[in-house]
Amino acid sequence: MHLMYFTEQPMKDYPADAGLEIGFTSLLMSNKHFDPVAGSRLYNEFLENYVYAEEMGVDGIMLNEHHNAPFCMQAKANIFASLLAGMTKRVKIVLLGNPLPLNDNPVRLAEELAMIDMISKGRLVSGFVRGGGQEQLATNANPAYNRERFQEAHDLIVKAWTVPGPFRWEGKHFHQRVVNPWALPLQQPHPRIWIPGVISHETIVWAAQNGYPYIALNTSIEDTKKIWARYDAAAAEVGYTPGPENRGYLIRCHVAETEEKALESARQFLWMDGEFTGRLKPVWASPSGYFSPSSRQTFVEFVAGQSASPSRPRKTFEQQVADLQIVAGTPEQVVKSLRTIMRETRPGIMAFWGNEGRMSQPDARTSIRLLGQEVMPALRETAKELDLKSPFEADMPVSRAWANAQAARQAAE
Amino acid sequence: MTIQWTSSVVPACGTDVVVTRGGAGSPVIILHRDIGTPEHLAFYDALAAKHEVIIPNHPGFGASIRPDWVRATRDLAVVYRALIGTLGLQSATLIGLGFGGWIAAEMATFAPHDTKKLVLAGAMGIKPPEGDIFDQALVSYIEYVKEGLHDVAVFDRIYGARPSSEQLVLWDLCREMSFRVAWKPYMFNAALPELLRGVQAKTLIVWGDDDRIVPTSAGAVYAASLPNATRTTIANAGHLIELEQPDAFAQAILPFLASA
Repeated sequence: MHLMYFTEQPMKDYPADAGLEIGFTSLLMSNKHFDPVAGSRLYNEFLENYVYAEEMGVDGIMLNEHHNAPFCMQAKANIFASLLAGMTKRVKIVLLGNPLPLNDNPVRLAEELAMIDMISKGRLVSGFVRGGGQEQLATNANPAYNRERFQEAHDLIVKAWTVPGPFRWEGKHFHQRVVNPWALPLQQPHPRIWIPGVISHETIVWAAQNGYPYIALNTSIEDTKKIWARYDAAAAEVGYTPGPENRGYLIRCHVAETEEKALESARQFLWMDGEFTGRLKPVWASPSGYFSPSSRQTFVEFVAGQSASPSRPRKTFEQQVADLQIVAGTPEQVVKSLRTIMRETRPGIMAFWGNEGRMSQPDARTSIRLLGQEVMPALRETAKELDLKSPFEADMPVSRAWANAQAARQAAE
Repeated sequence: MTIQWTSSVVPACGTDVVVTRGGAGSPVIILHRDIGTPEHLAFYDALAAKHEVIIPNHPGFGASIRPDWVRATRDLAVVYRALIGTLGLQSATLIGLGFGGWIAAEMATFAPHDTKKLVLAGAMGIKPPEGDIFDQALVSYIEYVKEGLHDVAVFDRIYGARPSSEQLVLWDLCREMSFRVAWKPYMFNAALPELLRGVQAKTLIVWGDDDRIVPTSAGAVYAASLPNATRTTIANAGHLIELEQPDAFAQAILPFLASA
């Protein structure tokens, strides 16, 4: 079992009243409301907390990035990954992930990731994402080519890591005279690639076909099971049977000394939803061409304001607690709920979204301490009982392509 | 007089284009907007009373299939050059509405002596020296159409107060294809003002007096670049002139088409 700590890095000092007034808190919310003094303090608190999480015993730090929004201050996951490569000693640095379509030069990404892997002495997990809808607008990446750019950037990065240069790349979206980066990953053949997501069928199938673990982002137990059914079916089609090592799960989980305190803090998981209806305009979340053509009708009604979000149905705090999409309480209470999730969905990787919104720094640290010192040791015992192995424990091949190439080499010998 | 409109599929550059035709007289080709086009419009009928009106549905904009390789507005212009060759209409008059005006302008630059006459209405394609072309990516389909109107009451009359799912899907297809060909830079070709200098066709540049989608300063650049251009303005019209002022718009165009 691989157990990691995550936070969205909320810009908790942003003026909520300004968001209430304009009705949204992303993309076009003016950065005149961004306070660099608070930003400097918060970035350093996040760093302290990551280092503390390692001290408290977590296996990994999960990082992500978003743009133009106070809900996530991290605009470039590789920057925090670089810092943690030098500041930590043991934890995996798990990027979930670099939004490939937003980047115009995948070779530069391959170089950066190789550097992080070497500096961290082989602790990088290099997840890739498509980026949210509004990220395409914030970075001017064409949403109509989002999947093409994702696929091509992925192919180029993996090739840059595994095929000796120099070689030339003339693709649809990326063109490189010379691919020959003098920075290569320490981990061979390359760092593990994990793919996080919510509902996109195409991405689940793609991850399964490639043999990449899929990290379900805080879906309900019922939806998580549907994801694994789809993943397993796609894997069977390409000739392998996935196990817990293919399955990851992100859960919002806050731990405190008392249940009352934990539940009070956990309400911060809905800190922005609670302020007004909708943090962004639907059309920003779903620019044309970005979503799956098979669900066009559902999405256009959402964009036009005629239906609710197909990807994130709105639920009350109480409902999310009841559905185990938010887990909050004392270590004993939290372990009980998490064991239910583990039994029901059998993940080999779990990420704990421990802190959010305006939770205080002492509360954040208490949650990290209790997670690392009390919750995670208990979960590791459960994982042994349930035989839930991480990709590292299972020594899973980094990809199907690599496993097939290895098998072909062995057959030839 | 009721105009009989018929549709057929015309091959061009390996793709199929749905073409609607009606009326009789010297042929005019209407190039529709980035939001597609309703099947029937009073404006089309008014022109068809005097001309054979030919309205191709842009590849990828709903009725016509999307060729994966069309990735620039100039690609569409080349497809249409081939299409009007197939139809035997090399020297036809082109009427371009908004985004369709950009396609028409590109077509004219390819064959500067072939285009008979050119009408550009609120045409995209040029970076306005003042202001920017309104970015549809930041607003919903409905908001975008309303932004194109001087009088928003026209919206309900044409699309209904709550547009159907079919209409929303159509707008989404149109928007996706617009992004495929014109995402960056958004809705213009930096070389176009220079390329237009060789176009010989008599050109009428029409703008609604309340066009909030394409700044009138872009119309001034068109007028300065095209050697034989005149400008006119339609009162009480936004960007979507043919929806709001079909008669005034037709009356502005018909004498221009009839002139020598």
